[in-house]
Amino acid sequence: MRHLLSTEQLSLENAIQILDTAQEMSAVGEREIKKLPALRGRTVVNLFFEDSTRTRISFEAAAKRLSADVINFSAKGSSVSKGESLKDTAQTLEAMSADAVVIRHWASGAPAQLANSGWIDAAVINAGDGTHAHPTQALLDAFTMRAHWAKLAGTSSVGADLSGMRVIIVGDVLHSRVARSNVWLLRTLGAHVTLVAPPTLLPVGIEHWPCEVSYDLDAALEKGVDAVMMLRVQAERMNASFFPSTREYARRWGFDDSRLAKLDALNLKDTIIMHPGPMNRGLEISSAAADSPRSTVLAQVRNGVSVRMATLYLLLSGEMRQSHAPSPLPSVKDPS
Amino acid sequence: MTSSGYLIRSASLLGKETADILVRDGVIAAVGQDLSAEIVGQATVIDATNLVALPGMVDLHTHLREPGREDAETVETGTRAAALGGFTAVHAMANSSPVADTAGVVEQVYTLGRESGWVDVRPVGAVTVGLAGAQLAELGAMADSRARVRVFSDDGICVSDPVLMRRALEYVKAFDGVIAQHAQEPRLTEGAQMNEGEVSADLGLAGWPAVAEESIIARDVLLAQHVGSRLHVCHVSTAGSVEIIRWAKERGISVTAEVTPHHLLLTEELVRSYNPVYKVNPPLRADADVHALRAALADGTIDIVGTDHAPHPSEAKECEWAAAAMGMTGLETALSVVQETMIETNLMTWADFARVTSTTPAQIGQLADQGRPLEVGEPANIVLVDPAARWTVDPSAMATKGRNSPFAGLQLPGKVIATFFNGHPTVLSGMLNTPYRHGAN
Repeated sequence: MRHLLSTEQLSLENAIQILDTAQEMSAVGEREIKKLPALRGRTVVNLFFEDSTRTRISFEAAAKRLSADVINFSAKGSSVSKGESLKDTAQTLEAMSADAVVIRHWASGAPAQLANSGWIDAAVINAGDGTHAHPTQALLDAFTMRAHWAKLAGTSSVGADLSGMRVIIVGDVLHSRVARSNVWLLRTLGAHVTLVAPPTLLPVGIEHWPCEVSYDLDAALEKGVDAVMMLRVQAERMNASFFPSTREYARRWGFDDSRLAKLDALNLKDTIIMHPGPMNRGLEISSAAADSPRSTVLAQVRNGVSVRMATLYLLLSGEMRQSHAPSPLPSVKDPS
Repeated sequence: MTSSGYLIRSASLLGKETADILVRDGVIAAVGQDLSAEIVGQATVIDATNLVALPGMVDLHTHLREPGREDAETVETGTRAAALGGFTAVHAMANSSPVADTAGVVEQVYTLGRESGWVDVRPVGAVTVGLAGAQLAELGAMADSRARVRVFSDDGICVSDPVLMRRALEYVKAFDGVIAQHAQEPRLTEGAQMNEGEVSADLGLAGWPAVAEESIIARDVLLAQHVGSRLHVCHVSTAGSVEIIRWAKERGISVTAEVTPHHLLLTEELVRSYNPVYKVNPPLRADADVHALRAALADGTIDIVGTDHAPHPSEAKECEWAAAAMGMTGLETALSVVQETMIETNLMTWADFARVTSTTPAQIGQLADQGRPLEVGEPANIVLVDPAARWTVDPSAMATKGRNSPFAGLQLPGKVIATFFNGHPTVLSGMLNTPYRHGAN
């Protein structure tokens, strides 16, 4: 495996290898000197076609803790309408001998194009593309869940998967790269996933995803749940008839105070509440829920650095194991 | 061309009986077994043993890009590609720059076609001024111009306003024109990138739902029935559209429909590569749609094959999927793809092929000299095909300026060996020969 483009093609073996390596990396963050020499002399480019301070600084911290040189390249705008194309940008980075390109892009598929185009030799890490995928977010979410799951069982999380864990993901699944990446990774790790959303915010074609789908958050909670992941509602959805009003959305699909109380009433004392950030407090999540002991929001941020260190390290050191993942490129299919 | 003409020796006419065809003075002078030396005279002999003779193909749906986007294609390069693909006539779509919405622009395109001399170039007139969907273009002026426009289309954009569509359907009855509709409900397809379904759900690309095509076709066939007009539906792409057209035809509504070669062969699964060469409008659909389209073309529900040849410069495709232009080249692969999907599968014969690629499109476009039978006295618009040939598609070797062929690297059957346009060989031995010179022959 040379690139990390999505979780759909990530094998169980590779997923666990990344999570186990992240576990080792997390110990570095607890030291006084938070640095390893592993990637000294290697160059990591953060190529961001879309603003995301949180993700960029997480990757930057990860690369720096591994002693890599980091170049931040902010290239906003679309390739055809404004200035330099993705191809030219990629070839510029290639000419500067980048070893890894961490790419965030507004267009679904841009990282895959970069990896498959022949424009560049560097390892490509998808830091979020359009409404497609955000694999390091899913990995840091899985890392967070795994730590919680192992602690409950009183076992070590190293080598473990998420078998038996019940996860519900709530919100704008249609436009969410976080939800897409989580669904595939959680399937691979053996968790049971239920997506909860207004019908307008679920994609047509979702029937073949390896998960259950519900429109009713309360009913989903009542079935029992070990982790609830709330998705951010983007401002641009609010006036596009996906739902009547933000208040109605919050009542039906928000994790509000009454649902927080409901977890206690259902005796789900170990259920965690997750959010990829940034949060709309009072819309998809109440402040009481976000700040409760159940919330893993800050742990997720912390784990993000470890997971990204693991990814950079494994891809650049060549220690990512070869495994039999599904082929990423289909051949021409003749339906006859 | 010498007045002695050409003797096409031992061709299989429409894939059936074998005969010699004598081409002289722009027409088929004789057809028969072992034509006598007396009849043949000094004609140049072309050995057509094991070749199929067909009427020259007629494309109702070609983008030649000139005027305005000569970086993508010109009338010269596009019609060279057409001749190599076995065509003797193409209809040039109106979305040039300026738009072909006046007599002046359609006459310019018509004249460029005459000067190039590779095929008949028949301009399609825009339905609305500037393709803006607000006001009818001067359809009558285009019809009366030297270009004698009979097909009108805002292709690329749907005439979505139902009143404007009704008026257009009614108005062109005055000169027996036809409206060719690009069926795409605009609000349902805002920002649409690919077919909406399982693959778009996985890829996170905005969906282009089948209902956006089907709802417009349903509306338009009802409008055509109401006002007693003729409707042509461009590039039908879904199984549901086929059902609606079948229903309309059963009710006697005057509707014809077209399918592209790429919708007969390719599916949305290819989009998983995020390679923009597979980006097209309407989008590649699912397996079930491909099967329904093939069946519909075979049973006559869909009348013709139209290429929707849409060349683009490489920078319009070497970019992010969402930023890439829509469209694929098709003139030089149409025959092979239709052979692969319809003939090799035993869904159609070569006679059916001639109907859907030549006879019927010529009738829809009202081209008197095209799509004619291979009989004595008919205009000599003929293509010779080697059906046993196999070739690998290489876009860089094509005559079109566009390199955006979705068939690149595929091995396909069928090769155009010769194309006769007005009795003149524009293609010989599978290679471009010389153009036909109007008035010089």
